[in-house]
Amino acid sequence: MRVPAVQVPVVPVVVASVAADALIDIRDVTKTYGHGETAVHALRGVSLRVDAGEYVAVMGSSGSGKSTLMNILGCLDVPSRGEYWLDGSNVAGLSEDQQALVRGRKIGFIFQSFNLIPRTSALANVELPLTYAHLRRAERRKRASRALDLVGLSDRADHRPNQLSGGQQQRVAIARALATGPRILLADEPTGNLDAHSTDEVLGMFDQLNSEGRTVVVITHEHDVAARARRLIQVSDGRIIVDEVTR
Amino acid sequence: MSPRDLMGAALRGLSANKLRSLLTVLGVSIGVGAVIVLVAVGNGSGKAVQARLEAMGTNLLTVSTTGGGGGFQRGQAGPANQQYSLTLDDASALADKRLAPDVSSVAPVMTSSGTTATNGDTSYTVSQIIGTTPSYMPATNTPVGIGESFTQEDVDTSQRVILLGQTTATELFTRPASAVGQTIKLGAVDFVVRGVLASKDSTGFNDPNATAIVPINTLRATQAGYGALSQIVVQAANEDRVDTAQAEVTQLLTARHQVPADQTSPFRITNSAQILQTSQDTAATFTALLATVAAISLLVGGIGVTNIMLVTVTERTREIGIRKALGARRRTILGQFLIEATLLSLIGGAVGVGVALIVSRFQLAGVQPALVPSSIGLALGVSAAVGLFFGSMPAHRAAGLRPIDALRHE
Repeated sequence: MRVPAVQVPVVPVVVASVAADALIDIRDVTKTYGHGETAVHALRGVSLRVDAGEYVAVMGSSGSGKSTLMNILGCLDVPSRGEYWLDGSNVAGLSEDQQALVRGRKIGFIFQSFNLIPRTSALANVELPLTYAHLRRAERRKRASRALDLVGLSDRADHRPNQLSGGQQQRVAIARALATGPRILLADEPTGNLDAHSTDEVLGMFDQLNSEGRTVVVITHEHDVAARARRLIQVSDGRIIVDEVTR
Repeated sequence: MSPRDLMGAALRGLSANKLRSLLTVLGVSIGVGAVIVLVAVGNGSGKAVQARLEAMGTNLLTVSTTGGGGGFQRGQAGPANQQYSLTLDDASALADKRLAPDVSSVAPVMTSSGTTATNGDTSYTVSQIIGTTPSYMPATNTPVGIGESFTQEDVDTSQRVILLGQTTATELFTRPASAVGQTIKLGAVDFVVRGVLASKDSTGFNDPNATAIVPINTLRATQAGYGALSQIVVQAANEDRVDTAQAEVTQLLTARHQVPADQTSPFRITNSAQILQTSQDTAATFTALLATVAAISLLVGGIGVTNIMLVTVTERTREIGIRKALGARRRTILGQFLIEATLLSLIGGAVGVGVALIVSRFQLAGVQPALVPSSIGLALGVSAAVGLFFGSMPAHRAAGLRPIDALRHE
């Protein structure tokens, strides 16, 4: 995915081929739901670059378009207009299956409601993205166990989601997001359903992961969560109104 | 995903709602079981009829007269059809090797019905008394079980001897074996029991064992009078000559009775091979009818699979969204749900086959089912196809969901 080094000095930063420098590069993206008079403009032209290793918080009130932004960033949804370059490739040009591949390998999702597969053990949940990435069984087991170990839940590997606390479930979800070794960790209100203690745990984990060089994008409406990030983006009415480095 | 992973995911999906899966399986197994059992019943009844007819002998021709369009029954010679009545001379002519070379044996038959037989205080109304010659027994596959048959000499000299059918012998003597050598009365006439016929399977509504056989001349002298014959039983030389024998019989009788060329033959010749063919056709139709009914129940079972899979897909929409977010491709989701549906109907198929194998060991509606091996394979194949076909719509619906829509589903 890296562009040959010789090209870097001669091509201006805005040109697409150098976009590989930025892990995420969205350009003038709009998203409209519905048609005609009932059309809802969730995003009205958003441009954003996130470099590898950044820790970004996206804030905004409900209905501001931050969730839509997150869905587009995670390749769960496609923009109505505009371009999305992820790690040097244009997402719009990818087939459905290739998009699935991108989701599986480059992005790790963490959701507000954990979204673990019910009736399936913690270990099996963590293994799932590895299964979809066509890894061998033994390799999957090894990596999933390591990821669970990383979030401190090795002893809960055989527990099902309904046998785990909210904090534990979210840690399993983080382990699952990390299992494939994605470049970006995309978290949508990750602490929304957690108590203060679990929130601290999860955010501590994000800090740790970011300090190890992982790109983290957190969508939240809580200021103390946003304060942990090093860059704050505020979205309002489908536009970015604040984009500042906070730390 | 490897097949093993897919199978594991499908099994987990099915076991998530055991009762529902069980009921769906039940629907398919009833369908598959019904196909196998009903086809076996149809096949079994066909085989039973065939066996009975074959026991009768397939090279048998039964000649009777239709009375030339008159309303007279056989044997009741009226003025209009006396010309066409079957006589003993007809029987002798048919037995002539030069006139009918493909006929091996001939037995004239007269019957008398509703005669009361008495043995001391015991009496029994014999449904049919047959007067004939000894060649009747081998020709119609009516062997004498106990004792012996009467001879041609007995016929010629009008001996008062009698062969009892199983039912008749049992009714009169309780133990059929004790009947031989005893004397019974038919009406007012004494007969010596020469033998008891072996038991026969029923070929129709009448009990073929509620009979008695006496020499034809004796019957004429004592019971039925000297009227026309009821029928003449003709045995062809072998099974391949049945058609030629039938032609010879027709030609001979037409010539002997001077039937005008423009008239339809007053003689009805029943060919047992034809009866066999007809009843086989009937059995085939019967089987097809049963199979159709069973196929409908299999279809209903299949619709049950679709229904359950649709519910499952709706219920697990969110799970589908999660799987897609984690990198599941379209065909992975498709495969998972197709395998679930196919597994449902295959398990149903296997259960159905098992139940059918057990059920078809028993008699159903008086028929011993005869399993058709191909119907088992077919039913299993169809049940797998049912899963694939009826599962494909829900599975496609699941696979086609956009990840964001699926994730938002509550």
